[in-house]
Amino acid sequence: MSKERKTGAEIIWKCLEREGVKHVFGYPGGAILPAYDALQHSSIHHILVRHEQGATHMADGYARASGGVGVAMATSGPGATNMVTGIATAMMDSSPIVCITGQVGSKLIGSDAFQETDITGITLPITKHNYLVTHADELARTIREAFYIAKSGRPGPVLIDVTKDAQQSSCEFDWEAAAPQLPGYRPDLSPKPDEYEQAMELIHQAKRPVILAGHGILVSGAGGELLRFAEQAQIPVALTLLGLGVFPASHALNLGMMGMHGEAWVNTMIQEADLLIALGMRFDDRVTGNLKTYARNAKKIHVEIDPAEINKNVRVDVALVGDLRQVLQELLEDLEPCQHREWLDYLRKLKGDSAVRDIQNLPDSGHLYAAHVINDLWRTTQGKALVVTDVGQHQMWEAQYYHHESPRSLITSGGLGTMGFALPAAIGAKVARPEAEVWVVVGDGGFQMTMAELATMVQEKVKVNVAIINNGYLGMVRQWQEFFYDRNYESTPLLNPDFVKLAEAFGIRSTAVKQRAEVVPAIQAARQHEGPVLIDFQVEQEDSVYPMVAAGADLHQMIRRPSVLVETAADE
Amino acid sequence: MLNTFVVYVEDKPGVLTRVASLFRRRAFNIDSLTVGRTEKPGVSRMTIVVDTDETGARRLEAHLYKLINVLLVENVTAEAAVYRELAMIRVTATAAQRSHIMDLVEVFRAKVVDVSPDSMMIEITGTDDKIDGLLHVLEGYGVLEMVRTGRVAMRRGAKAANGASAGTDSAEAAPASGTISYSV
Repeated sequence: MSKERKTGAEIIWKCLEREGVKHVFGYPGGAILPAYDALQHSSIHHILVRHEQGATHMADGYARASGGVGVAMATSGPGATNMVTGIATAMMDSSPIVCITGQVGSKLIGSDAFQETDITGITLPITKHNYLVTHADELARTIREAFYIAKSGRPGPVLIDVTKDAQQSSCEFDWEAAAPQLPGYRPDLSPKPDEYEQAMELIHQAKRPVILAGHGILVSGAGGELLRFAEQAQIPVALTLLGLGVFPASHALNLGMMGMHGEAWVNTMIQEADLLIALGMRFDDRVTGNLKTYARNAKKIHVEIDPAEINKNVRVDVALVGDLRQVLQELLEDLEPCQHREWLDYLRKLKGDSAVRDIQNLPDSGHLYAAHVINDLWRTTQGKALVVTDVGQHQMWEAQYYHHESPRSLITSGGLGTMGFALPAAIGAKVARPEAEVWVVVGDGGFQMTMAELATMVQEKVKVNVAIINNGYLGMVRQWQEFFYDRNYESTPLLNPDFVKLAEAFGIRSTAVKQRAEVVPAIQAARQHEGPVLIDFQVEQEDSVYPMVAAGADLHQMIRRPSVLVETAADE
Repeated sequence: MLNTFVVYVEDKPGVLTRVASLFRRRAFNIDSLTVGRTEKPGVSRMTIVVDTDETGARRLEAHLYKLINVLLVENVTAEAAVYRELAMIRVTATAAQRSHIMDLVEVFRAKVVDVSPDSMMIEITGTDDKIDGLLHVLEGYGVLEMVRTGRVAMRRGAKAANGASAGTDSAEAAPASGTISYSV
């Protein structure tokens, strides 16, 4: 490759093109203007957001939908600080995004110049790595390193802060010569032979094994291996929230979501297991409950790419640190077919005693429950939509009632629990996968945090359908107040705008749905409409998500749906 | 218990902040941290002393490795290693007390590096215990000022640290992943 003389701003776009980037989500401003000026010579399509937080969530949604790297861009100061929530969200959920921020001129750094902020300092603990670039000739290598770091090993966000003078000055640009130099970075670890042997021994001895599959299966692309492993060893599979979809919901060995709002049989099976095989999950407090009583009689095998997760929350007996797909392939070679008839019979018996399914099987009485809406959405889309959820009750109902059959069919903010995530993330997801039917399932609270991105949706002609699960409350917080704060509904009732009029003001078709019978027709109409549609589902206001394990309680101590509520609903 | 880590890092701006920030973020308390150049250009060496248990030490090691600029981490706590610390102590010393103090200095193989009419400055190198010992006997005279460098450590024997030869020029030069074990 011949060397070319280019400005830093041009190098940024050239490097992004070389990394295969097709879309950048961003918002211009003073310190990033040189880069925006150079955009005219690039093939990359820039999507103008309405708030930089939206740009980061869109990049995140783009990455999660496609398996590639999402890119967000913003200016210095407030532009950069607005990205913080999105970066932290991506960090907690191991999502590969690269954020490029403008910075004041290198001579002005430290002077409290206009729109100067120490964004590398601020994002230090919430990025996998970050850079401050003050010279144009550092840009190519930095961008190549950033992409490599973001997507390799345990993925995560990388931020590159580029001073205005680094964008403006020129230097020789040579992509080939700018290979990453990362002597301290080792993303590919693999377990030792004796560790495999120990794991195999535990697997072959187990009578009551459960697989706990998480986001790592998705990241590693190990869904096929997981399926073979589970079938060959006849081990039921419980999923984390971010793991939903990596194992088909309709499979006989599928248990469903584990943890705080997992169905009763899932948590019971985990508590009574004699072996837990944790695959690409991190024993988050939302899935373990009280650690002291968590799966007390179970041996534990932990397959995980990040060594810092080993023994963090739960002490394990065997740790296999490495890429899940490779590790599962190794394990499959020595795996002998197993049978766990009694254990699986027990599972079928427990499933018959489900509290959650009560509401799903209610007669169609016209009474609108959020669970009904989600269930109808699942049925109408034949479980094939890409659903992007926000955070709260609707998120848990979606996880319970939308049965995901394939990976990357659910995108949600798990670790950080970022309200306002869904709408922008869905825009990113749709841009990444234009052929997918994308649905936003969002609460009335979270929707209002980032609803300005409706404008982005319209401007970019992004066909995303939005289902607001509108119960007039910050529902999950209200639920906690109901259970743990003596029904003191402090600061949780919402006086909402008219969402239909609001959507129409943005140029988006919209309807309100108040009756069960109207749900499916509204969903069908939205699917058939060419542009985006917003549906305001006005649901039962004080419904709660059941079952529920209170924070820090034993995993098998579940709060179940009061039967009186079920009966009332059925009577109507 | 006190764990001593030897950490090789790339000599780049902000690396000290990344390391120090990690300890704060993960709620570990640093007992002491020293940093300086090494025999290899571009590589700095830190000695970090942390009060934590074995599990904590393993997690910390794994977390340190996650920092992109960290080249090698060695927990030398259970290894044969030489520990040293340097202290400078200013102690009240009248003319009449001087020779007593100098006797003590002799016993501890320390040095007097400055004398003024009412005080002396003593330099001592050794293990933390030895410095504590000298301080203890000097207390009666009145310690006016003290500065300690914190612990530095080096393993005994001919074997250099695994990563001391790890260059900074290419990714291949990093120690093979096989040398790092995360067995439980």
